[in-house]
Amino acid sequence: MREKWLYGLGIVAALLLARNINVMLVDLPDEAFQGSIFRIIFFHVPAAFTCFLCFLAALLAGIMVLARKNLQWDSFGVAAVEVGLAFGAANLITGMIWARIIWGIWWTWDWRLTSMLVCWLLYAGYLVLRRAIEEPTQRARMAAVVSILNFAVVPFVFFSIKWFRTQHPQPVLYGEGKMDSGYRLMLYTNWLPILMIAAILIAIRMRQETQQREVDALRREAHAF
Amino acid sequence: MNDAAARNFTYLAYGLTAAWAILVIYVLTLVSRERKIRAQMNSLQRMLEDKERK
Repeated sequence: MREKWLYGLGIVAALLLARNINVMLVDLPDEAFQGSIFRIIFFHVPAAFTCFLCFLAALLAGIMVLARKNLQWDSFGVAAVEVGLAFGAANLITGMIWARIIWGIWWTWDWRLTSMLVCWLLYAGYLVLRRAIEEPTQRARMAAVVSILNFAVVPFVFFSIKWFRTQHPQPVLYGEGKMDSGYRLMLYTNWLPILMIAAILIAIRMRQETQQREVDALRREAHAF
Repeated sequence: MNDAAARNFTYLAYGLTAAWAILVIYVLTLVSRERKIRAQMNSLQRMLEDKERK
Protein backbone atom coordinates (compact mmCIF):
# COMPACT_ATOMS: atom_id res chain seq x y z
CA MET A 1 0.00 0.00 0.00
CA ARG A 2 2.77 2.40 1.06
CA GLU A 3 4.84 1.41 -1.99
CA LYS A 4 1.92 2.28 -4.28
CA TRP A 5 1.65 5.72 -2.65
CA LEU A 6 5.35 6.33 -3.23
CA TYR A 7 5.14 5.26 -6.90
CA GLY A 8 2.06 7.47 -7.35
CA LEU A 9 3.80 10.45 -5.76
CA GLY A 10 6.87 9.82 -7.95
CA ILE A 11 4.79 9.79 -11.14
CA VAL A 12 2.99 13.03 -10.16
CA ALA A 13 6.33 14.70 -9.29
CA ALA A 14 7.90 13.61 -12.62
CA LEU A 15 4.92 14.91 -14.62
CA LEU A 16 4.92 18.22 -12.75
CA LEU A 17 8.67 18.62 -13.26
CA ALA A 18 8.40 17.89 -16.99
CA ARG A 19 5.62 20.47 -17.29
CA ASN A 20 7.60 23.03 -15.26
CA ILE A 21 10.79 22.59 -17.30
CA ASN A 22 8.78 23.09 -20.48
CA VAL A 23 7.11 26.28 -19.15
CA MET A 24 10.43 27.53 -17.73
CA LEU A 25 12.38 27.10 -20.97
CA VAL A 26 9.68 27.87 -23.54
CA ASP A 27 7.08 30.22 -22.05
CA LEU A 28 8.91 32.32 -19.44
CA PRO A 29 10.89 35.27 -20.85
CA ASP A 30 14.60 35.84 -20.02
CA GLU A 31 15.24 38.12 -17.05
CA ALA A 32 16.15 41.63 -18.30
CA PHE A 33 19.63 41.87 -16.69
CA GLN A 34 20.70 38.25 -16.16
CA GLY A 35 19.34 36.57 -19.28
CA SER A 36 18.59 32.85 -19.36
CA ILE A 37 20.89 31.90 -16.44
CA PHE A 38 18.30 33.50 -14.14
CA ARG A 39 16.17 30.36 -14.59
CA ILE A 40 18.58 28.50 -12.32
CA ILE A 41 16.76 30.20 -9.42
CA PHE A 42 13.80 27.85 -10.00
CA PHE A 43 15.98 24.98 -8.75
CA HIS A 44 18.48 26.84 -6.57
CA VAL A 45 15.94 28.38 -4.17
CA PRO A 46 13.54 25.38 -3.89
CA ALA A 47 16.59 23.17 -3.24
CA ALA A 48 17.63 25.49 -0.36
CA PHE A 49 14.09 25.60 1.07
CA THR A 50 13.82 21.80 0.86
CA CYS A 51 17.22 21.43 2.53
CA PHE A 52 16.17 23.72 5.42
CA LEU A 53 12.82 21.91 5.80
CA CYS A 54 14.67 18.58 6.01
CA PHE A 55 16.96 19.99 8.71
CA LEU A 56 13.89 21.28 10.58
CA ALA A 57 12.40 17.77 10.35
CA ALA A 58 15.69 16.38 11.74
CA LEU A 59 15.48 18.85 14.64
CA LEU A 60 11.93 17.70 15.46
CA ALA A 61 13.01 14.05 15.12
CA GLY A 62 15.90 14.72 17.50
CA ILE A 63 13.56 16.23 20.10
CA MET A 64 11.21 13.24 19.75
CA VAL A 65 14.09 10.75 20.14
CA LEU A 66 15.08 12.38 23.43
CA ALA A 67 11.47 12.73 24.64
CA ARG A 68 10.00 9.37 23.55
CA LYS A 69 13.15 7.21 23.19
CA ASN A 70 11.61 5.69 20.06
CA LEU A 71 14.16 4.61 17.43
CA GLN A 72 11.69 5.18 14.59
CA TRP A 73 12.27 8.91 15.12
CA ASP A 74 15.99 8.29 14.80
CA SER A 75 15.39 6.63 11.41
CA PHE A 76 13.35 9.66 10.36
CA GLY A 77 16.09 12.02 11.58
CA VAL A 78 18.92 10.38 9.65
CA ALA A 79 16.75 10.12 6.52
CA ALA A 80 15.87 13.82 6.72
CA VAL A 81 19.52 14.85 7.21
CA GLU A 82 20.76 12.74 4.27
CA VAL A 83 18.09 14.07 1.91
CA GLY A 84 18.68 17.61 3.20
CA LEU A 85 22.39 17.25 2.43
CA ALA A 86 21.63 16.11 -1.14
CA PHE A 87 19.44 19.18 -1.74
CA GLY A 88 21.97 21.40 0.05
CA ALA A 89 24.67 20.17 -2.34
CA ALA A 90 22.37 20.88 -5.31
CA ASN A 91 21.79 24.39 -3.92
CA LEU A 92 25.53 25.10 -3.50
CA ILE A 93 26.49 23.76 -6.94
CA THR A 94 23.72 25.60 -8.82
CA GLY A 95 24.67 28.78 -6.93
CA MET A 96 28.30 28.42 -7.98
CA ILE A 97 27.33 27.96 -11.63
CA TRP A 98 25.10 31.05 -11.49
CA ALA A 99 27.90 33.03 -9.78
CA ARG A 100 30.39 32.10 -12.53
CA ILE A 101 28.22 33.90 -15.09
CA ILE A 102 26.90 36.82 -13.03
CA TRP A 103 29.91 37.58 -10.75
CA GLY A 104 32.62 36.08 -12.95
CA ILE A 105 33.81 33.84 -10.07
CA TRP A 106 32.81 30.39 -8.83
CA TRP A 107 32.96 31.24 -5.11
CA THR A 108 33.38 34.07 -2.65
CA TRP A 109 33.69 33.87 1.12
CA ASP A 110 30.70 36.08 1.90
CA TRP A 111 28.21 35.54 4.74
CA ARG A 112 25.56 33.59 2.84
CA LEU A 113 27.84 31.27 0.90
CA THR A 114 30.16 30.59 3.82
CA SER A 115 27.36 30.01 6.34
CA MET A 116 25.61 27.62 3.93
CA LEU A 117 28.84 25.67 3.43
CA VAL A 118 29.45 25.53 7.20
CA CYS A 119 25.85 24.36 7.74
CA TRP A 120 26.32 21.61 5.11
CA LEU A 121 29.59 20.49 6.72
CA LEU A 122 28.01 20.40 10.20
CA TYR A 123 25.24 18.09 8.98
CA ALA A 124 27.82 15.97 7.12
CA GLY A 125 29.55 15.70 10.51
CA TYR A 126 26.28 14.35 11.94
CA LEU A 127 26.51 11.41 9.50
CA VAL A 128 30.19 10.84 10.37
CA LEU A 129 29.30 10.79 14.08
CA ARG A 130 26.61 8.16 13.47
CA ARG A 131 29.15 5.86 11.83
CA ALA A 132 31.43 6.17 14.84
CA ILE A 133 28.89 4.86 17.41
CA GLU A 134 27.86 1.18 17.22
CA GLU A 135 25.28 0.90 20.01
CA PRO A 136 21.89 1.93 18.49
CA THR A 137 20.36 3.67 21.53
CA GLN A 138 23.50 5.64 22.29
CA ARG A 139 23.88 6.50 18.59
CA ALA A 140 20.29 7.76 18.44
CA ARG A 141 20.74 9.89 21.56
CA MET A 142 24.03 11.47 20.44
CA ALA A 143 22.72 12.05 16.90
CA ALA A 144 19.59 13.71 18.34
CA VAL A 145 21.69 16.12 20.41
CA VAL A 146 23.89 16.97 17.41
CA SER A 147 20.92 17.54 15.09
CA ILE A 148 19.34 19.88 17.67
CA LEU A 149 22.59 21.84 18.09
CA ASN A 150 23.25 21.93 14.32
CA PHE A 151 19.90 23.54 13.65
CA ALA A 152 21.09 26.73 15.39
CA VAL A 153 23.00 27.55 12.16
CA VAL A 154 19.96 27.26 9.84
CA PRO A 155 18.19 30.55 10.78
CA PHE A 156 21.60 32.26 10.52
CA VAL A 157 22.01 30.96 6.94
CA PHE A 158 18.44 31.92 6.05
CA PHE A 159 18.60 35.49 7.37
CA SER A 160 22.29 36.20 6.65
CA ILE A 161 21.44 38.07 3.43
CA LYS A 162 19.07 40.33 5.41
CA TRP A 163 21.35 40.85 8.43
CA PHE A 164 24.65 41.48 6.61
CA ARG A 165 25.84 43.24 3.48
CA THR A 166 26.69 40.38 1.16
CA GLN A 167 27.55 39.83 -2.45
CA HIS A 168 24.67 37.35 -2.62
CA PRO A 169 21.43 38.96 -3.89
CA GLN A 170 19.06 40.30 -1.24
CA PRO A 171 15.88 38.32 -0.42
CA VAL A 172 13.41 38.27 -3.31
CA LEU A 173 10.57 36.37 -1.64
CA TYR A 174 10.34 38.07 1.75
CA GLY A 175 11.21 41.45 3.29
CA GLU A 176 11.49 44.21 0.69
CA GLY A 177 12.32 41.80 -2.12
CA LYS A 178 10.26 42.03 -5.25
CA MET A 179 9.99 39.30 -7.82
CA ASP A 180 7.77 39.31 -10.88
CA SER A 181 4.56 37.36 -10.14
CA GLY A 182 5.15 35.00 -13.10
CA TYR A 183 8.63 34.09 -11.85
CA ARG A 184 7.37 33.77 -8.25
CA LEU A 185 4.58 31.40 -9.35
CA MET A 186 7.11 29.30 -11.29
CA LEU A 187 9.40 29.12 -8.26
CA TYR A 188 6.67 27.85 -5.96
CA THR A 189 5.25 25.54 -8.64
CA ASN A 190 8.69 23.97 -9.04
CA TRP A 191 9.15 23.64 -5.28
CA LEU A 192 6.12 21.35 -5.06
CA PRO A 193 7.55 18.39 -7.11
CA ILE A 194 10.95 18.89 -5.43
CA LEU A 195 9.23 18.54 -2.04
CA MET A 196 7.46 15.40 -3.30
CA ILE A 197 10.81 13.91 -4.36
CA ALA A 198 12.29 14.75 -0.95
CA ALA A 199 9.34 13.04 0.80
CA ILE A 200 9.81 9.89 -1.35
CA LEU A 201 13.55 9.77 -0.66
CA ILE A 202 13.01 10.24 3.10
CA ALA A 203 10.42 7.42 3.16
CA ILE A 204 12.79 5.04 1.32
CA ARG A 205 15.82 5.94 3.47
CA MET A 206 13.78 5.64 6.67
CA ARG A 207 12.69 2.12 5.70
CA GLN A 208 16.30 1.18 4.99
CA GLU A 209 17.40 2.40 8.42
CA THR A 210 14.69 0.26 10.06
CA GLN A 211 15.75 -2.76 7.96
CA GLN A 212 19.40 -2.15 8.89
CA ARG A 213 18.40 -2.27 12.57
CA GLU A 214 16.65 -5.62 11.93
CA VAL A 215 19.81 -6.93 10.26
CA ASP A 216 21.89 -5.85 13.28
CA ALA A 217 19.41 -7.63 15.61
CA LEU A 218 19.62 -10.80 13.49
CA ARG A 219 23.40 -10.61 13.58
CA ARG A 220 23.39 -10.38 17.40
CA GLU A 221 20.99 -13.35 17.51
CA ALA A 222 23.28 -15.36 15.21
CA HIS A 223 26.30 -14.66 17.40
CA ALA A 224 24.35 -15.55 20.57
CA PHE A 225 23.86 -19.17 19.44
CA MET B 1 21.88 34.19 -30.32
CA ASN B 2 25.07 36.15 -29.47
CA ASP B 3 28.09 34.66 -27.67
CA ALA B 4 27.12 35.92 -24.18
CA ALA B 5 23.56 34.56 -24.50
CA ALA B 6 24.87 31.21 -25.75
CA ARG B 7 27.34 31.00 -22.84
CA ASN B 8 24.51 31.93 -20.47
CA PHE B 9 22.37 29.12 -21.83
CA THR B 10 25.25 26.61 -21.68
CA TYR B 11 25.82 27.37 -18.00
CA LEU B 12 22.07 27.07 -17.33
CA ALA B 13 22.24 23.58 -18.85
CA TYR B 14 25.29 22.78 -16.65
CA GLY B 15 23.39 23.98 -13.56
CA LEU B 16 20.28 21.93 -14.22
CA THR B 17 22.34 18.87 -15.13
CA ALA B 18 24.47 19.20 -11.98
CA ALA B 19 21.41 19.58 -9.71
CA TRP B 20 19.78 16.42 -11.10
CA ALA B 21 23.07 14.52 -11.25
CA ILE B 22 23.50 14.99 -7.48
CA LEU B 23 20.02 13.58 -6.84
CA VAL B 24 20.58 10.67 -9.26
CA ILE B 25 23.85 9.82 -7.47
CA TYR B 26 21.99 9.86 -4.13
CA VAL B 27 19.27 7.58 -5.53
CA LEU B 28 21.97 5.18 -6.80
CA THR B 29 23.51 5.04 -3.31
CA LEU B 30 20.05 4.24 -1.92
CA VAL B 31 19.64 1.41 -4.45
CA SER B 32 23.06 -0.06 -3.63
CA ARG B 33 22.35 0.18 0.14
CA GLU B 34 18.98 -1.59 -0.38
CA ARG B 35 20.73 -4.47 -2.22
CA LYS B 36 23.37 -4.74 0.50
CA ILE B 37 20.76 -4.86 3.30
CA ARG B 38 18.71 -7.53 1.45
CA ALA B 39 21.81 -9.66 0.87
CA GLN B 40 22.85 -9.35 4.54
CA MET B 41 19.33 -10.21 5.73
CA ASN B 42 19.10 -13.28 3.49
CA SER B 43 22.51 -14.63 4.52
CA LEU B 44 21.80 -14.07 8.23
CA GLN B 45 18.40 -15.78 7.97
CA ARG B 46 20.01 -18.75 6.21
CA MET B 47 22.72 -18.88 8.88
CA LEU B 48 20.12 -18.85 11.70
CA GLU B 49 18.04 -21.59 10.00
CA ASP B 50 21.17 -23.76 9.61
CA LYS B 51 22.07 -23.28 13.29
CA GLU B 52 18.51 -24.15 14.39
CA ARG B 53 18.58 -27.36 12.29
CA LYS B 54 21.87 -28.42 13.91
